[in-house]
Amino acid sequence: MKELVNVSASPHDRSGRTTASLMLDVVIALIPASLFGVFQFGLKALLVLVTSVVSAVLAEYLWNHFMKKPKAPYECSAVVTGLLLGLNFPASIPLWIPVVGSAFAIIVVKQMYGGLGRNFMNPALGARCFLVICFAGRMTDFAVEKGNAVINGFAGVDGLSRATPLGIIKDLSATTSVGSAVSVSDMFFGFTGGVIGETSALAILIGGLYLVIRKVISLRIPLAYIISCGLFMLVFSGRGFDAEYLIAQLVGGGLMLGAWFMATDYVTSPITPWGQIIYGILLGVLTGLIRLCSSGAEGVSFTIIFCNLLVPLIEKMTMPKAFGLEKKSKKKKEA
Amino acid sequence: MRKDTFRGGVHPYEGKKLTEDREAITYLPKGDLVFPMSQHIGAPAKPIVAPGDRVLMGQTIAEAGGFVSSPIACSVSGHVKEIKPVLTVSGSMVQAIVVENDGLYEAVEGLGEERDPASLSRQEIRDIIRDSGIVGMGGAGFPTFIKLSPKNDAAIDTIIVNGSECEPYLTSDYRVMLQEGERIIGGLKIILSLFDNARGVIAIEDNKPRAIEHMKELAKGEDRITVRKVKTKYPEGAERQLISVVTGRKINSSMLPADAGCIVDNVDTVVAVYMAVARRTPLIRRLVTVSGDAITEPRNFIVKTGTNYNELIEAAGGFNSNPVKMISGGTMMGLALFDTNIPVTKTSSALLAFKEDPLDKVPTQPCIRCGRCVAACPQHLVPQMLMDAAEKFDNEAFEAVNGMECVECGCCAYVCPSGRPLTQAIKQTRRSILDERKKKAAAAAAAK
Ligand code: SF4
Ligand code: SF4
Repeated sequence: MKELVNVSASPHDRSGRTTASLMLDVVIALIPASLFGVFQFGLKALLVLVTSVVSAVLAEYLWNHFMKKPKAPYECSAVVTGLLLGLNFPASIPLWIPVVGSAFAIIVVKQMYGGLGRNFMNPALGARCFLVICFAGRMTDFAVEKGNAVINGFAGVDGLSRATPLGIIKDLSATTSVGSAVSVSDMFFGFTGGVIGETSALAILIGGLYLVIRKVISLRIPLAYIISCGLFMLVFSGRGFDAEYLIAQLVGGGLMLGAWFMATDYVTSPITPWGQIIYGILLGVLTGLIRLCSSGAEGVSFTIIFCNLLVPLIEKMTMPKAFGLEKKSKKKKEA
Repeated sequence: MRKDTFRGGVHPYEGKKLTEDREAITYLPKGDLVFPMSQHIGAPAKPIVAPGDRVLMGQTIAEAGGFVSSPIACSVSGHVKEIKPVLTVSGSMVQAIVVENDGLYEAVEGLGEERDPASLSRQEIRDIIRDSGIVGMGGAGFPTFIKLSPKNDAAIDTIIVNGSECEPYLTSDYRVMLQEGERIIGGLKIILSLFDNARGVIAIEDNKPRAIEHMKELAKGEDRITVRKVKTKYPEGAERQLISVVTGRKINSSMLPADAGCIVDNVDTVVAVYMAVARRTPLIRRLVTVSGDAITEPRNFIVKTGTNYNELIEAAGGFNSNPVKMISGGTMMGLALFDTNIPVTKTSSALLAFKEDPLDKVPTQPCIRCGRCVAACPQHLVPQMLMDAAEKFDNEAFEAVNGMECVECGCCAYVCPSGRPLTQAIKQTRRSILDERKKKAAAAAAAK
């Protein structure tokens, strides 16, 4: 044989799925939510998103450059981080905050812990929480300009309201019906105030569905999260089976974006199948707890970050039983 | 509902269309025949001929080198040219007998004559299988007579004939079923005659409907033999997975199929059993798939063991362009070749040549913890953790996460989007632990 041939150990075939293609799919799945945000909050929102993405990518480039990292093929994960973070800002945010946030996400939360695959905390959420702590007012300033027909259409609240529907619901007395204060259908479609990417449950669900169809994520984490949160609310909210209230809780705030896009972040969620279910349930219960017991109406970001820390433990507890060793491990436990 | 498959596994590109509908044709060797002494699991065989000796087709030229070993028969007639180390599939040099083919195919006395299996005792049948050099032809190469001699014959209740052929590109088992189905039934009947309590199950993946139909037709009237359709998925034909699909019983690395009352044999092996017992022919031929997009006319060949791979490539029209990758065996578990000047052995199932290497398309990156390897592992392991342990040379941690249960199927590395060499790393660590165990056992034996 005169020509050189590749010699490598088996297997000699690959599924063709690459990290870059998976990340690209996440970006595609975020397009509906992003578009809706821009449609709703105007070009200002687009500017925020673009700023976040560009600064995340730039931050990663600069880090790699100055740390003299060997050149690696690009895998788009910084785009995902930047976009997710951008979707978590209100459109009114001054543009320097996304820049700070993206840099923090990439450099502090991701690269300082070893880069791709090694961070234990979701970079976008880590940065969001950091920003909420530093600039609480700015991060929750949902003021919308007067004259925005889309927002002003939403029931009972005038265009300058700074409250999100979840906040309104939280302040309701247990006897007032949810429907009298907010429109649940508006919440589902997204005609409410909030951060750029969270308002439309529908747009997020379309993206989530895309991820499931493309086999980027499995249903385990999002379903376990949403169902357990719903059940928790059902039992402990004190409202009993109040469909409007339950749906408002599930489609409101960051729950949908969190369940489909944040909690499913590969790096910071368990890789064991049962671990994913337990992780989802834990998220649901804790989110419910925070929403009911704390002063704020939100809770998704902090819950996910907190559960990120538990992932190694969850994985240890949910190691799958090896084929043919199922009985043996049972015996060990009994002994 | 009856389960037709297992949890985990992958669906690699099948590539069987290239060869499945073309009849396997007999290829007669032109050059010298080379018989490596190691073409099975166990001790190498020992040559019993010397350079210059005249040998006949079917003559035993090397005897078993121990209990777990297998003799080797010559596939042509001619003269022994030399005995020297040659390159084999594994890339290592192995002692081999080189026979100059005189093209006469003069056979030893009685070769090919019919013999009634019913006239033989069980011990005689087992001896014939041993002396005919029959080993697992699906790739493992474990001596078949040992498999067929479990501790307790009565405890064996299922003989599984593995016709699932889940490896991509391979169609040799499929062609055997279509072209020599009668011999499979005949061989299976001989094996069943050794085990009173056993039934025979021919397991075939559902992407081979013609083979299923054909074997069902042939099995009609055989009340101890059934044909079982299993789902097309890799590695459906892996021994442990197949046993669990057919019987619902699960075995682990410290058990033998016999512990689950099963014996699993590949279809080609069963044909070899038939040929040895009913036709007085030792293992001197096998089916080889020559395929891949760099081969001009991919097809199956019925070849004499010892034939040079280069001759088969030529017989298949040669390369249509420069191959970038060549594999002996399937794409999932086969061995990459850097040289095709090697002989066909008892376990050579295929020779594949490709214009492109799929590995080039998936760059190696850090693990993103996507969990794909966990979902794909048919052994329900966490390959990601196994690889971490392997990279740290932490054998203890490796064993703690059940690394020894890995069957080296390749599913994890196949699905990894970060192109991590999971299977390779796990395999290496597994082998080194096995070696260590062997050494320890040997040392303990020596101390006694
Ligand atoms: S760990 Fe072993 S058994 Fe599991 S998928 Fe990888 S190679 Fe196959
Ligand atoms: S498939 Fe690869 S990237 Fe995904 S968890 Fe396994 S090792 Fe990591």
